[in-house]
Amino acid sequence: MPTVKSLEDLKKLREEALEKRRVKTASGQVQVIVGMGTCGIAAGARDTMKAILEYIEKESVSGVVVTQTGCIGMCEKEPIVQVVIGEQAKVTYGKVNPETARRIMKEHVGTGAPVSDHVLPV
Amino acid sequence: MRELSLHLLDIAENSVAAGARTIRINVREDLAADRLYLAVQDNGKGMDAATVARVTDPFVTSRTTRKVGLGLPLLKEAAELCRGYLRITSEVGQGTLVEVEFQHSNIDRMPLGDLASTFLTLLISSPEVNWVFHYQVNQQIFFFDDALVKEELQGVPMTEPVILGFLHELLFNGVASVQPVVS
Repeated sequence: MPTVKSLEDLKKLREEALEKRRVKTASGQVQVIVGMGTCGIAAGARDTMKAILEYIEKESVSGVVVTQTGCIGMCEKEPIVQVVIGEQAKVTYGKVNPETARRIMKEHVGTGAPVSDHVLPV
Repeated sequence: MRELSLHLLDIAENSVAAGARTIRINVREDLAADRLYLAVQDNGKGMDAATVARVTDPFVTSRTTRKVGLGLPLLKEAAELCRGYLRITSEVGQGTLVEVEFQHSNIDRMPLGDLASTFLTLLISSPEVNWVFHYQVNQQIFFFDDALVKEELQGVPMTEPVILGFLHELLFNGVASVQPVVS
């Protein structure tokens, strides 16, 4: 259970997070959606999600919304990750293992260049 | 699925899809009684008796993309292979409780696996849900209710890097603190 001390730590971290959000220049909200249906989980989606969250932590990437979705009917392509940046069209990636997830975070989310060899035509 | 914590993730996702506002996950390892018990309780839309009876059939599913839903049937089979059971209690408009139990020492029981990653994944990817985790090994308990954390955050997203780091550490340390040290 969060102890009193850890809630105090959280209060300080909240201030820190607010400060960082003010400083970050927004290029449009980034949304990363990970498929978490039974097919996705069986294919390794939890490790994909973990890699994305660890990237955010380590690289201090602020402003990324990470959510999940259910099965979208391409089970053999799981784990599936979708990226939406600002008003741009959603890009769907297939067979996203942790390494590919890191590439997506670095190249697509980071510099705006989709990782073409994993993009799925949806 | 190779880990019970992945099955847990799968069942909890059903609760999210059912529109639950609060989802409680209870994992209990009782080495003296040689039982491993997992439960997911939600206050989502629930199911009538007819649906509960059908839901462990692999050809019954709520998804529209395929005609097969394997999550519950595979978990039920896994439990029954380990002198265990899967039990679903549900009421329309109230919610659903999925309980599954295994003989802890059974050679066919798959490992519990990375419980902390399951907790973190659920917490972050479905932030609109109040998540309550209870993990107990014998008499040691790790209890986490995200309400206190969310109250403190006052709207700052949990995906802010420093907050994510905090939650990651809290959950991982919490789970590790109750697990027995393996010699």
